[in-house]
Amino acid sequence: MTAAGNPAVAGVGRPITGGRRLSLTWVGAVPFLGYVSVFLFLPTIIIAAGAFLSDSGPTLSNFGNLSRSYIVSATINSLILSGITAVLGAALGAVLSYAIATGNPNGVLRRAAVSASGVLAQFGGVTLAFAALASIGPAGIVYLWMAQNNLDFYSSGTWLYDLRGLEVVYLYFQIPLMVLVFLPAVDGIRPQWREATESLGGNTWHYWRYVAGPLLAPAFLGATLLLFANSLSAYATAAALINQGGIILPLQISNAITSEVGLHEPGFAKAQAVVLIAIVGIVTALYAVLQRRTGRWLQ
Amino acid sequence: MMSTSRSGVEVRLEDLRRRYAGVTALDGLSLTMAPGELVALLGPSGCGKTTALRLVAGLEEANGGRVVIGGEDVTNVPANKREIGMVFQAYSLFPHMTAMQNVAFGMQLHEVGTEERRKRAGEMLELVGLSAHANKYAHQLSGGQQQRVALARALAIEPKVLLLDEPLSALDAKVRSRLRDEIRRVQLEVGTTTLFVTHDQEEALAIADRVGVMNAGRLEQLGPPTTIYSRPATPFVAEFVGLTNRLPGVVKGREVEVRGTRLPLVKPDSTDGPAIALVRPEAVSVAADGDVSSGPLIGTVIATVFLGATSRVTVDLGDITVLAQLPTSDAVALTAGTRVRLSLRTDPVLIARDEKAPTEA
Amino acid sequence: MAAVSRARRLKLRVFRIVTLVVFGAFFLIPIYAMFEFSTRGNGVDAPRTLDNWKAIGTYPDMVAGIVNSLELAAITSVATLVVLVPTMVWVRLRLPRLRRVIELISLLPLTIPAIVLVVGFGPMYLWLGTNFSDSILTLSFAYSILVLPYAYRALDAGLAAIDVKTLSEAARSLGAGWPTVMWRVIVPNMSSALLNAALLSVALVLGEYTIANNLLYPNLQVELVSLGRTNAGVSIAVAVASLLFAFVLLIAISFFGRPRRMRSEVA
Repeated sequence: MTAAGNPAVAGVGRPITGGRRLSLTWVGAVPFLGYVSVFLFLPTIIIAAGAFLSDSGPTLSNFGNLSRSYIVSATINSLILSGITAVLGAALGAVLSYAIATGNPNGVLRRAAVSASGVLAQFGGVTLAFAALASIGPAGIVYLWMAQNNLDFYSSGTWLYDLRGLEVVYLYFQIPLMVLVFLPAVDGIRPQWREATESLGGNTWHYWRYVAGPLLAPAFLGATLLLFANSLSAYATAAALINQGGIILPLQISNAITSEVGLHEPGFAKAQAVVLIAIVGIVTALYAVLQRRTGRWLQ
Repeated sequence: MMSTSRSGVEVRLEDLRRRYAGVTALDGLSLTMAPGELVALLGPSGCGKTTALRLVAGLEEANGGRVVIGGEDVTNVPANKREIGMVFQAYSLFPHMTAMQNVAFGMQLHEVGTEERRKRAGEMLELVGLSAHANKYAHQLSGGQQQRVALARALAIEPKVLLLDEPLSALDAKVRSRLRDEIRRVQLEVGTTTLFVTHDQEEALAIADRVGVMNAGRLEQLGPPTTIYSRPATPFVAEFVGLTNRLPGVVKGREVEVRGTRLPLVKPDSTDGPAIALVRPEAVSVAADGDVSSGPLIGTVIATVFLGATSRVTVDLGDITVLAQLPTSDAVALTAGTRVRLSLRTDPVLIARDEKAPTEA
Repeated sequence: MAAVSRARRLKLRVFRIVTLVVFGAFFLIPIYAMFEFSTRGNGVDAPRTLDNWKAIGTYPDMVAGIVNSLELAAITSVATLVVLVPTMVWVRLRLPRLRRVIELISLLPLTIPAIVLVVGFGPMYLWLGTNFSDSILTLSFAYSILVLPYAYRALDAGLAAIDVKTLSEAARSLGAGWPTVMWRVIVPNMSSALLNAALLSVALVLGEYTIANNLLYPNLQVELVSLGRTNAGVSIAVAVASLLFAFVLLIAISFFGRPRRMRSEVA
């Protein structure tokens, strides 16, 4: 891989103009394109094609199987979970972003907050499930303390391993992701705009209503969509927290990967994957549109 | 066009003071602007000129002193109640609004009716020559156009005072001088009392009725551009505004003697002894080498820079170099290496005793 | 430059302190709880103990998982850089038409959930395992795809900060060949971006669970979950340690500094 990975060698000594230069230049992109073809495009094709194949040839039955009640309810659960944690995560994350952005841009606090957000949003996964167990689990310190003080939040059942538990735990990566995505937009708000509003006779309410609000709205909506997609795609936290069953779609997909072999349903996981990627794809496309507008306003 | 704002109001800054965490930014600034006057505050960065403007705007609070606009003490009035119009250095247009919406925004806040708003915003854009761009967003306008819209926006609310905070500093040289003249034309047309802050002396001298040169939080000199240039009151002004030769000499009574030429002092109360005489390049004349009558000092031309109608000649006198500015017709023959004779015109000069010159902005 | 009036500054300050304290508690309490949990003694009112931490080394599967993940992290970050850096530089220099395409491809894995990708990887790794090698280190192939968007962004920021074209033209005009341009001119000028990309890749691989678990390879996170079923104290100790390690990596990245514009204040 190393030798092929150094395409810079390809053009040595070539004249700037000349018939064969073009083809040699393109050779430089071959290692990368080859790599992504095998490990990015091929799996995608396997999924897309496999979703429409059965042991006996082309079929739509894999998608028909999606109407099984446990798949339908897992999908609905996933959408509910993602909707709630996206809206809550976006709202809370926006407040936190504003608090961070109004501080020293090179201060320790900001550095720590942004790094911690990066850790929780991108690398948290399994660890967040353990953090939930250690704090609000039935043996967790927060639960024990609250139960001692007659605030037993499990009095009507331990909901930590239900959808409600996931909603709480998911906030621990949704809020940080909001900070990562939304902070640059808040940073893009220029102090001159507030001062200009003031000099034109506007007060704080006017500023938020007519200037900062509309300016941040596309970024906020876009980030909310991204959080929605993120929550839909998340697997590790739920898998680590909930040992069995398939309460949400990603867990069902995981179950189906194993049963593809065992139960001879080779297209089942792939069909679910296609559904998931379709939803995520649509949401992400909307996000990209909103992001472009934000970029124009708040570089 | 706008009868209401044609007559400006008097603006008075009285002994304004401002400190930031122990650093004094403004050290007792007093300045009275006549109705309709354009005063430019000029100085190097950190001299307090921007602080002064922001105190007038109400964007910062003074530690002492008063701001009086049209006879009313507004020192404790918040910015949004002061009826000021402000143009910032750059990027102050609201990016989600068109040029037209930007200009109309202030009127919207003042609850001017929609119809009236649209009409006046149109008029203001016409005033700054941007009618054709009314529906463009900031990112579709050039830097100069953005500043024109900002000017129209500031003026649309018929402010009592117009404040311009280095509005041209982010623009190309060519756009800058055109927009400078444009700002002056518009200001004269609407007659709003205007405070213009800049670090560019050429800009200040070209645009202002009066120029205030600031240094270290104080006003060094306030006067018409011609006075500031030709009769600087302090060494700082002499060296900050225009080019100045620093020529070593000796003070004797009411004169300073520089290389055998006696120059009268602007302020004759200086004590005798060595000093630096500040001599404008225009006060140095250069002639081709001849007898003593063409000049008492002998030197060699190092360089001649063609500036258009005039040329600037650098002459080496052995131990020091002297800048002279003369009509290009007289400078044609003065190529590098030419032996020349210099004389100093006996205009009154300022002297400096410190060694350091202020940094040129 | 203080743009805010005194009253508003005070209000802003109160808002910041309240917000940061509330969120700080929200995020720090679970971390504290993990420390608390992992240092619990046996039985009620037992004294604090580090037994769980000391016991980490006595679980061979756990240790193997940690070693596997570290090896994967090293291989993945190096392999990703080796493929990505020359391509990105080459595209900037000679194939500007391809730049959008490369960017699009590189960011694509962000929109494909790992749980989806693994469905496609399944048959591939089955084949790889029977025909080539069933070593866990083959996961590096998949992980390079996962880290691609993050590495791309870090490198792109580094390349944007230097003028690759002018630098390489200058070097070439002085007689340097392409390998010299790469190794002596471009790489040294984007060293902090390279480090950023590498550290991000390491952190990402160490935290990866979805792919390893579904392809049945025992990496750090997979072992963590399986150990958690039998001995929660030890696995929580490892979990909090890995979280802090990732935090240290990201703090380090923030100091190696991406070029960031200074913005004095937000209104």
